Amino acid sequence: MNSHLLSVEDLNKAEAIAILNTAEELGKISDGPMKKLPTLRGRTVVNLFFEDSTRTRISFETAAKRLSADVINFSAKGSSVSKGESLKDTAQTLQAIGADAVVIRHSASGAAQRLADSGWISAAVINAGDGTHEHPTQALLDALTIRQHFPNMDGDLSGLKVAIVGDILHSRVARSNVLLLTKLGAEVTLVAPPTLLPVGVESWLASRSYDLDRVIPSMDVVMMLRVQQERMSNFFFPSAREYSKAFGLTNVRLAHLQQTAIVMHPGPMNRGLEISSESADAENSVVLEQVANGVLIRMAVLYTLLGGVPLHSGSETTL
Amino acid sequence: MSLLLKNAMLPSGEIVDILIEGRLIAQVAPNIQSTADRTFDVGSSYVLPGLVDLHTHLREPGREDSETVASGSRAAVKGGYTAVSAMANTHPVADTAGVVEQVFRLGQEAGLCDVFPIGAVTEGLNGEKLAELGAMAESVARVRIFSDDGKCVHDPLVMRRALEYVKSFNGIIAQHAQEPRLTEGAQMNEGAVSSVLGLTGWPAIAEEAIIARDLLLAEHVQSRLHICHLTTAGGVELVRWAKSRGVQVTAEVTPHHLLLTDESVRSYDPVFKVNPPLRSASDVLALRAGLADGTIDVVATDHAPHPTEDKECEWQSAAFGMLGLETALSVVITTMVKTGLLSWEQLAQRMSISPAGIAGYTEHGQPITAGSVANLTIVDSNATYTVDRTSSLSKSKNNPFHGMELHGVVTHVFFAGTLVLDNGIVNERVND
Repeated sequence: MNSHLLSVEDLNKAEAIAILNTAEELGKISDGPMKKLPTLRGRTVVNLFFEDSTRTRISFETAAKRLSADVINFSAKGSSVSKGESLKDTAQTLQAIGADAVVIRHSASGAAQRLADSGWISAAVINAGDGTHEHPTQALLDALTIRQHFPNMDGDLSGLKVAIVGDILHSRVARSNVLLLTKLGAEVTLVAPPTLLPVGVESWLASRSYDLDRVIPSMDVVMMLRVQQERMSNFFFPSAREYSKAFGLTNVRLAHLQQTAIVMHPGPMNRGLEISSESADAENSVVLEQVANGVLIRMAVLYTLLGGVPLHSGSETTL
Repeated sequence: MSLLLKNAMLPSGEIVDILIEGRLIAQVAPNIQSTADRTFDVGSSYVLPGLVDLHTHLREPGREDSETVASGSRAAVKGGYTAVSAMANTHPVADTAGVVEQVFRLGQEAGLCDVFPIGAVTEGLNGEKLAELGAMAESVARVRIFSDDGKCVHDPLVMRRALEYVKSFNGIIAQHAQEPRLTEGAQMNEGAVSSVLGLTGWPAIAEEAIIARDLLLAEHVQSRLHICHLTTAGGVELVRWAKSRGVQVTAEVTPHHLLLTDESVRSYDPVFKVNPPLRSASDVLALRAGLADGTIDVVATDHAPHPTEDKECEWQSAAFGMLGLETALSVVITTMVKTGLLSWEQLAQRMSISPAGIAGYTEHGQPITAGSVANLTIVDSNATYTVDRTSSLSKSKNNPFHGMELHGVVTHVFFAGTLVLDNGIVNERVND
């Protein structure tokens, strides 16, 4: 594996499964009385957030602290986009401070790769969401959540049918999930109005549909994406009501899901827009499991990239 | 001052000696026996009419941190150019006789090549009110090309009037074809690569829609239209169609669009960020074919220097543009001549004779015969070199070809009879 996690493309299938396995091992320990592990004691993890995301930052912060790393939260909202401090200056500052890992969230696609490739910094770089490009730890936590509901001998997702529904065009969650879930053997169907599918999507390893009603009954997993209200002003769809009617997970559609199917959402949810309140709180909604798994996945990624002390307990993980 | 070039290969392949006396070529013949002040044995290197660029950003006045007329002239000469056309998007904009005369004068002071200013079509490039085109045409700079390059003259009525107005002094409108609404926030070519990278797409049709409209306008008002930096297969088709109908249209392609594709963007390195963007491999092939068959008339550099801080950042906040003057000829030799798509005579046509003709630069692009002004470029076609951005004579380093091996090295340039590039070294003492 690379020394960074910038894209799901940085992982092959075995490496991805190893991270899921490590996360599960860490989960067993976290369930015990002593949640904290000493593995990254003395290492410094910087959460470098150029874009607000309390959820993701808290998740990474919790993960790093459970591994006993020192955590610095660096909120750099004045990015070079607004002619504040540049990415380069920030990176060089973190290098001088002695960061071992930098978790970066940025509104610009490719910002994490710029940070990793530029030679400004020697720390491991973890992409916590870059513009509309990727969000690899989100995909890993989603894969872990799916696997927990549909376990198999190989530890992958082969044969599962997953629908990703909503604003694919602007979604880093969708991009990372298509790459990872298909790598793990799932069949992915993208469901969206044509305006919210990118030109060039034909090159992705996913099928496409404009008809959620037709797709829903055969799915094992339905992943709803957040729809930003401002999309309406750019003519992506006429109104929230029309969007909700055609592409929302309504109570009626919820009832058409298979008994075993699960409902996912990366959060934060727009209840009543892309997902009805009943669907969000339904028995087969795994939204809170996703959040819990987020911490474990981020622990596993930090652990893997920073090369912590090997796990005991006869774990099969290859690290 | 007389200079004698021994064993120069003309674009036709004929090997001759060339005697330069003063500003002019005095004699072209095999084995000239003459006692010149200085004799060069160019050892069967090609001699071309000095290259002419119709699209150069020299940044002065206003952004002298990235380029000046003088530094841009040095880069031009290093690349084999004897005339460049300075784009109007300076600060202040070249939309008055005063600014174009200033740029023209700065070029003369540098003295290394001709610097012909391009005038803005509209005041401040804002697309709303025509700049004083006539005043710029009548100025000392004698402007004939007008362009809002960097921005598109998107209002069809403004474009129509501009096309009509410049006819009285044989002017030409050079259009940066970019439909603004279809390219809001655009970062790269829209296609498979942009879909994966999550960068806002700049669709080919945003270029082609404007080209199509302007071809129809030019035909309707019987005016001359020049399409800047054509980048798409569809654009080539449109120009080919228009030429078959007799529309007075000419088109240019940049060296970078002949060589690079949007695959380069996968690095997120903003050195590959340019407007219009790098397109797909099939577009590159269509552009090469269009340049070969003459649908595309000229190669123009769109040399666009930017300081380091404007490129050393996230992709979406980086400036658009890349250097071109010093590498243009070798990129074209590598992509077009070495591949058999273009003969040396056609190369001279596309990079000197046609651009000089379009712009009306009467002392450039002349035949290499007695009586012509001695604007000549010597290129060693067999030599190769590895591009090194740090050795650039431009003030900027945003060179997308860094590290590539290219064919053809410019060794000597004569500008109106004066040796301005001597064995690859710019002669800084020209004005002494």
